[in-house]
Amino acid sequence: MAILDPVAEPAMNARGGASRVIHARLAPRLFTASSAAVVLLILAGAVYLVVSSGRLRWAVIGEYIFSTVMLNGVKTTLTITLVSLITSIVLGTLLATMRMSKNFILKAIASGYIWFFRGTPVIVQVVFWFNIALFLPKVGFGDWTVSTNVIVTPMNAALLAMSLNVSAFMCEVIRGGLLAVDRGQTEAAMSIGMRPANILLRIVLPQAVRVILPPAGNLAIDLLKATSLVYVIGTKEILGTATSIAGQNFYVIELLIVACCWYLILVTIASYLQGKLEKRFSRGYAPASTKGKKTAAPTQAPDTPSANQLESATEIEEATS
Amino acid sequence: MTTQPMVRIHDLKKAFGHHVVLEGVDMEVSRGEVVFVIGPSGSGKSTLLRCINGLEPYDGGEIWVGDYLVGAELHGDRWVEASPKVAAQRRSRIGMVFQRFDLFPNMTALENITAGLRLVHHQSPKEAEARGRELLERVGLSERADSYPGQLSGGQQQRIAIARAIAAKPNLVLFDEPTSALDPELVGEVLDVIRDLAESGMSLIVVTHEIHFALDVADVVYFVDGGRVVESGSPESVIKNPRHERTISFLQRINRESL
Ligand SMILES: Nc1ncnc2c1ncn2[C@@H]1O[C@H](COP(=O)(O)OP(=O)(O)OP(=O)(O)O)[C@@H](O)[C@H]1O
Ligand SMILES: [Mg+2]
Repeated sequence: MAILDPVAEPAMNARGGASRVIHARLAPRLFTASSAAVVLLILAGAVYLVVSSGRLRWAVIGEYIFSTVMLNGVKTTLTITLVSLITSIVLGTLLATMRMSKNFILKAIASGYIWFFRGTPVIVQVVFWFNIALFLPKVGFGDWTVSTNVIVTPMNAALLAMSLNVSAFMCEVIRGGLLAVDRGQTEAAMSIGMRPANILLRIVLPQAVRVILPPAGNLAIDLLKATSLVYVIGTKEILGTATSIAGQNFYVIELLIVACCWYLILVTIASYLQGKLEKRFSRGYAPASTKGKKTAAPTQAPDTPSANQLESATEIEEATS
Repeated sequence: MTTQPMVRIHDLKKAFGHHVVLEGVDMEVSRGEVVFVIGPSGSGKSTLLRCINGLEPYDGGEIWVGDYLVGAELHGDRWVEASPKVAAQRRSRIGMVFQRFDLFPNMTALENITAGLRLVHHQSPKEAEARGRELLERVGLSERADSYPGQLSGGQQQRIAIARAIAAKPNLVLFDEPTSALDPELVGEVLDVIRDLAESGMSLIVVTHEIHFALDVADVVYFVDGGRVVESGSPESVIKNPRHERTISFLQRINRESL
């Protein structure tokens, strides 16, 4: 069994036949099992304390968690998250290329943007956009003007604030990914006659995505939860909906639990999708187990063990000695 | 028209800031000719190739490729700075092979070879694939069409890179030390492919330390040192009977290393 004796199988391959079996060590497995038992015990105790207090109205949670108002709140949270995420990918890519360009002015604009939006609290930005009408009462071009208050609804203010804010962080994540792609890739693409925009979209970005995805996934999950901040301007997303219901029936803890359940559900789905995406974009890169020399000779006589097997055999020797 | 050289370089100068890398370089490559450039590290060989391909602007002199001046385009009777579009079009008609292969790691061998055909020359997928498979066969890697670069040996990667460079049927191919990142036993297979190209009538400029290969394949050899052409001529004259002291000591060093 691979789980009980994870090292035996490749060792046999590399050395040919079952002539030598490496026995598993028991001590580390015993330690893992006993610490797991302790943690489980503590957890069970905590759950028992909460449940046995008898104060929680489980029925209230059940009543609201899938109610229409709550589902609308979930929809709003998702809308704000997705719109901000997509905007931040576009705007972030733009800012990242501006920051990496040779043009001094473009560089300065991008740096200034990041400096401001990363340096001030999100909640301040949310309140600021919601109140923008205070010094910008009308917007428009020429004859066509419209009162700012008509445009800046709580929803639009939330979208604007979150999009602009996340873009600053996404820019840095994307820039990190672009920098991780070897300069030779751009040169090779230029040498076959590709032009800069095409190189960025077809050659550099697809490779950068592999590096970008893990931190961008974190950012997306942070964003999903940070959307709860916009409840302060009266946007009816998950937390806004939960608090407004609690304001009427005073089941504050129950509704906060409802909200938490929803965040957990959404974050779980997001993490799953992130894993899927990461897998998809690792195309062409060897899985972690075949690390080492890129030039592992693939054309070998069939009876010699492959370089990978030899490598794992050495690892085993090192690990077991 | 047929007598017009493929590449003609006159009094080329290139500096990075105050650091002069190429100075007073003259070079001529006729159509179908195979020119080798040898010289010590840092002598400006890569920079020379990059200038010819317009990857690097130059500071003085002229580089002509066919009927155009590199870095410039003709407006009426005036040469003005070439637009990025024109520069890219010109590059698409010159092949380039790099020391570290620089294959696109997220594309298969076949996709690498056809990248230019698909993304620059806008060929149909069918057309590009047919040409791609033809090239795979030419470099002896038909059965590796769907392998990713990470699954290929260095020699195989470089052969794919050569196939990528010649996919659009360029008249001129530039090689920048194509074998110096390879294990010794893999050098031969790459040199065989280059020899095949040399015999097929393409113009080649090859930067390399493979002296014996130069003797075998080159029509002309240039020895450069410190950004200048020290000596040039037939491989016999430059490699077998070098006149210049710097050439002699460089060749001695190379010979010692290859023993
Ligand atoms: N982008 C650059 N900026 C500044 N200096 C550079 C740049 N590229 C090359 N140089 C310098 O120019 C000189 C020539 O470099 P080049 O790469 O052309 O040499 P080379 O003959 O190809 O050497 P090698 O055999 O090591 O590849 C070197 O001194 C190098 O440091
Ligand atoms: Mg070089």
